[in-house]
Amino acid sequence: MAIDSLSKEKFEELGAYIDSLPSKKGELIRVLHRAQGIFGYLPKEVQFFVARKMDVPTSKVYGVVTFYSYFSMIPKGEYNISVCLGTACYVRGAEPVLDEFKKQLGISCNETTADGKFSLNALRCVGACGLAPVVMVGDEVYGRVTKDMVKDILASCLSHN
Amino acid sequence: MADMKSINVVIDRKQVSVAPGSTILDAAQSIGIDIPTLCYMRLHNTEYKCQPASCRICVVEVEGRRNLCPACATPVMEGMVIKTSSMRVLSARRMIVELMISDHPNDCLTCTKSGACELQDLARKTGVVDIHLSGKSQSEYEIRENKAIVRDMSKCIMCRRCEQMCSDIQSVHALSGVDRGFESVVGTAFDESLDNTMCVGCGQCVAVCPVGALMEKDDTDQVIKALADTDMTVVFQTAPATRVAIGEEFGLEPGTDVTGKLVTSLKDLGADYVFDTDFAADLTIMEEGTELIDRLNKFLNGEKTALPLLTSCCPGWVNFYESNYPDMLDLPSTAKSPQGMFGAVAKNYFAEKLNIDRKKMFVVSVMPCTAKKIEADREELKEDGNPDVDVVLTTREVARLIKLANIDFVNLPDGDYDSPLGESTGAAVIFGVTGGVLEAALRTVYEVLEKKTLPRVEFEAVRGFDGLKVATVTIVGQDINVAVAHGLSNARKVMEEIKNGNPRNLHAVEVMACPGGCIGGGGQPYHYGDGDILKARTNATYQIDEAKVIRKSHENPAIKALYEEYYEEPGSEIAHHQLHTRYTYRERY
Repeated sequence: MAIDSLSKEKFEELGAYIDSLPSKKGELIRVLHRAQGIFGYLPKEVQFFVARKMDVPTSKVYGVVTFYSYFSMIPKGEYNISVCLGTACYVRGAEPVLDEFKKQLGISCNETTADGKFSLNALRCVGACGLAPVVMVGDEVYGRVTKDMVKDILASCLSHN
Repeated sequence: MADMKSINVVIDRKQVSVAPGSTILDAAQSIGIDIPTLCYMRLHNTEYKCQPASCRICVVEVEGRRNLCPACATPVMEGMVIKTSSMRVLSARRMIVELMISDHPNDCLTCTKSGACELQDLARKTGVVDIHLSGKSQSEYEIRENKAIVRDMSKCIMCRRCEQMCSDIQSVHALSGVDRGFESVVGTAFDESLDNTMCVGCGQCVAVCPVGALMEKDDTDQVIKALADTDMTVVFQTAPATRVAIGEEFGLEPGTDVTGKLVTSLKDLGADYVFDTDFAADLTIMEEGTELIDRLNKFLNGEKTALPLLTSCCPGWVNFYESNYPDMLDLPSTAKSPQGMFGAVAKNYFAEKLNIDRKKMFVVSVMPCTAKKIEADREELKEDGNPDVDVVLTTREVARLIKLANIDFVNLPDGDYDSPLGESTGAAVIFGVTGGVLEAALRTVYEVLEKKTLPRVEFEAVRGFDGLKVATVTIVGQDINVAVAHGLSNARKVMEEIKNGNPRNLHAVEVMACPGGCIGGGGQPYHYGDGDILKARTNATYQIDEAKVIRKSHENPAIKALYEEYYEEPGSEIAHHQLHTRYTYRERY
C-alpha cells in the first residue's frame, strides 16, 4: 500500500483534482477516469488512494474498475491498439484482424508487449460502423482494415519515433 | 385487517387484504402460501433485508400482465388476481433452477452445506430431475480460506445476500460485486485474502449464504486427533449463546436450553474437563468492571481519562475498531474476551494445578462465532507460540462432531460442568445477547460503588432488538450514560458520534457485531431468515439468568476463590499480565 516516490506528483495531481470537486458523492467514475488519464492505468495503489480520498469502500472501487472494460489494471503500451468487435466490424472480418495483431505482437487481449510499446484490446463499437472493420491506435482511427494491413499499421507506429 | 386503506387481492383463488406497500410475497405468506425464494431474505426483528429480485425463483402470474412478476419485489394493487403455481409459473421456475445448477459444481455428496442448502431444497421442490442444459462452468474459481471463513465462489449463485449483510448491516464492505457478465462474482478488493481486507470475521455472510459458497473453516479433525491422544488433557469451554441454539441442529425447538445435554455430549466425546465460558464471563466483569469503575472515579475526580469505555468481548468488534479507529484505541477495555480469559486461566492456573505442561493441555472452545477462530490465533493470546485456546469450533461444527460420534443428543441425560471453572452466574449467561455484557457490568458496578444491594437486577432499557439503545443509570448520584449497539453499522454510528465530541456524554458502550448479539452469531445453526429464532434464543437466555440463584458476577464463589488463590485482586499485576490485552492499528483494504 506504499506510494512510490516517483509517482508522488501524479498522486498530488489526482488528490488536487478530487479536492476540486464540489462534492465527492456520485463522482467515483469521473475520478477513476481522471486517474487513468494521469497514471495510464489503475494499479492497486491508485484504487486504494481513490477509495480513501473519496471515502468509498476499496471493494466498491475495485468492483467498478473490473466492471467497465475501459478501466485497466495493467499498464497500457505507448501505442494502445483497440480492435472493434461490434456487430458491423465483426461481420466484416474484425476477428481475423485481431488474430493477426495477436500473432504479430505475441500477446493476447488486455496485455502489453514486454518492451512497453504496444498493448492490445478488443472493444464494442466505436461508432464508425461505415468504416468497418475499425482499428484505433491511440486516438487515430484506421478504417476498412484487413489482415494484410496489420504489418503496416505497426510499422507506421514505430516510424513515429 | 380489512379496512378502507387495505388492498384486496386474490391469490390462488383465496381472498386476502393486506396493508398498502405489501409485496405479493408478503400477501401470500400472510395466508400460508409458501412461494419459494432464493436471493430474497428478510430477517425480521433486525434491519436485514436483501431484495435484489435477481434470481426470479419467486415469479408468479398476475392476470392481465404479459410477463411473470417477482413476488418479492412486486407491490400488490387493488383487485390483482395472482396465480403462484400455474403451469407457466412452474415451468419457468423449474427452468430457472435448471439454469442455476447447470452452472453449479453439483458436488452435493461432498459439500458441507448439503442438507442445509437452499438451492438443493429448491431443486427438489421444483422437481428438477434432469439438467437439460450444458455449458461453461464457473468452477474455475480458486477456493480461498483464512482462519475463519472458506470461500468457494464456484458455488456462488450471485444472490448477493452476503454482500448486503457485509455492507448494509455491518458497514464493513469487505465484499462487493466484481467483474461482469459470466465472470461476475462476489469478491474482495483486488481478490485479496479476507485477512487483508476490512473483513472482521463475523461470519454473517456465512449465516445468510443459501449454498456452500461461504462456509466456516472446519476444524473438527484437529479436535478428533486431540481427543484420541492419550497424552493430551482436553479441556472444553462452552460459550453462553451455544446452549440455547445447538438443540436446533438435533431437531429441537429454537430456544430450547440444552446446557446439560451439551455438557454430557462433550464428556461422551472424551473430554477430560468440560468447563464454562460463563465462568470466564464473570471474570471478565470483574476485570472490565474494575476498569470502568477506575475510569469513572477518575472522571468524577476531574482527572483525564478515556471515556466512554468500549466493551472488548466481541472479536468481530475488536477487529472492526482496530482497522477503522486508529486514533481511539485507548477507549476499549483492555480486558480480554471471556474466551481469551478462559484460555489464560486454563493454561496457566489450571495446568499448574494439575501439574502438567501447558503444551500437554488442549483447550477447545465451543463458540457461536467464526471471528473467535481469528481471535484465538492472535499473538496476544499465546505464550511462547503456544496458544491459550488451541481450537475454536462453531456451534455448527460441534453439532457435526456429536453426530459423527453416534451420540443421541436429544435423549442424553443432563450433565454438570466440572469444577472449578464451571461455576457461573446469571450475569454471565446474558453475555450471549445484545445488552447483556453491559447489564452484567452494571449489576456489579452499581453494587460496588453504591455499597448496597440492587433492588432489581434487570436493566430493561438495554434489552431488546433496537439497533442502538441508550440509557441513563444513576449511581452514587451521578448519571452514567450507556449505549448498546449490535450490528456494526450501528456501532459505526456511535463511534462517529464519539469521534465528533461525544455529545451524549456516553460513559460506557457495548458492541456486539452480530444482529441480536452472539445468539445470532455467524457460527450458530442457520436461521434461514426466521427472526423469531433469534427471539426464542434470547428469551431462553434470559430464562436461564432468571433461574440462577446467583445473578451477579462478583458474588460467584468460584471467582472469589480464584482471586484469593491466584489472581490476588482485579487489575493486579498478574491479572494484567494474563487477563488483559492490547490493540494495534491494522491498515487494510
